[in-house]
Amino acid sequence: MTVELDLDGIAAPPRSNGELVFAEPWQSRAFGMAMSLTEAGAFTWDEFRERLIDQISSWEADAAPGECYSYYDCWVAALEQVVVDKGLVAKGALSDRGVELVSRPAGYDHGHDHDHDHDHDHGH
Amino acid sequence: MSSEMTVNDHIPIALRTEALEQILVERGLVDPAVMDGFIKTYEQDVGPLNGAKVVAKAWTDPDYKARLLDNGTAAVGELGFKGPQGEHIVVVENTDDVHNVVVCTLCSCYPWPLLGLPPSWYKDPAYRSRVVKEPRTVLSEMGLDVPEGTQIKVWDSSSEVRFFVLPRRPAGTEGMSEEDLIPLVTRDAMVGVAEVTGS
Repeated sequence: MTVELDLDGIAAPPRSNGELVFAEPWQSRAFGMAMSLTEAGAFTWDEFRERLIDQISSWEADAAPGECYSYYDCWVAALEQVVVDKGLVAKGALSDRGVELVSRPAGYDHGHDHDHDHDHDHGH
Repeated sequence: MSSEMTVNDHIPIALRTEALEQILVERGLVDPAVMDGFIKTYEQDVGPLNGAKVVAKAWTDPDYKARLLDNGTAAVGELGFKGPQGEHIVVVENTDDVHNVVVCTLCSCYPWPLLGLPPSWYKDPAYRSRVVKEPRTVLSEMGLDVPEGTQIKVWDSSSEVRFFVLPRRPAGTEGMSEEDLIPLVTRDAMVGVAEVTGS
């Protein structure tokens, strides 16, 4: 609307040189959470960044040789830590919910599970 | 009970992330629509094209270039590029004598409004530690051979200062307009791991 962009050429936004901005959807959710929470003033970017640096440096100190680095694993751990430190969420609540999600029925994919008989009842 | 802060090492990371989002949404601490907006912005709208516009303008407008080197944040703001991680931008200029390259040794600080989110290699432990110790070797491995006589300066970005490289304008582009120069400028050149080539 404002500028004409060449959407396929070399100048196409975001022109990440062929690399996806987020490799997996959960990474984008983790990114979006950190942005939303800092914008809402739940914590400052520096409070998050300090914990991110800690997570990255402990990974670097402890990683087994050949272990694959995941930046967004560190990001999520830092995010968990800052929301717990800020008293927004209890650590136990995160673990409990995580365990709950792990024990979801196999094949669960957002409302298309075949074992349920209420598949027309998606509203909350 | 472990006293480790890391919440759930045994839970797959995608589910840990989902658990966190569910709880934050239930408590009204984040709005999924706001999250979607941020994600879309950084997936689709903000990227190295912004930085390329800054570079092309600096190459064709000496007054703008002077302002850019004097106060990066203000000069990129003139083109409308501002926002998170866009504070305290310092522009370093490549010359025949000096080649600049940027890293964030501690995490991943990067001028988002100009380049979008950083690529994987920028966040990688190997790049972050090695480019400081042996920049010439790392650059050569990434496909950039810096002549022996050229000094390499490595700049460590942080939340206080985010560095951005003004690459050298390639020879043979003297007749080109600002608009025509934009597509030549790559992300890697603005981080300092590549040079801009003429076509």
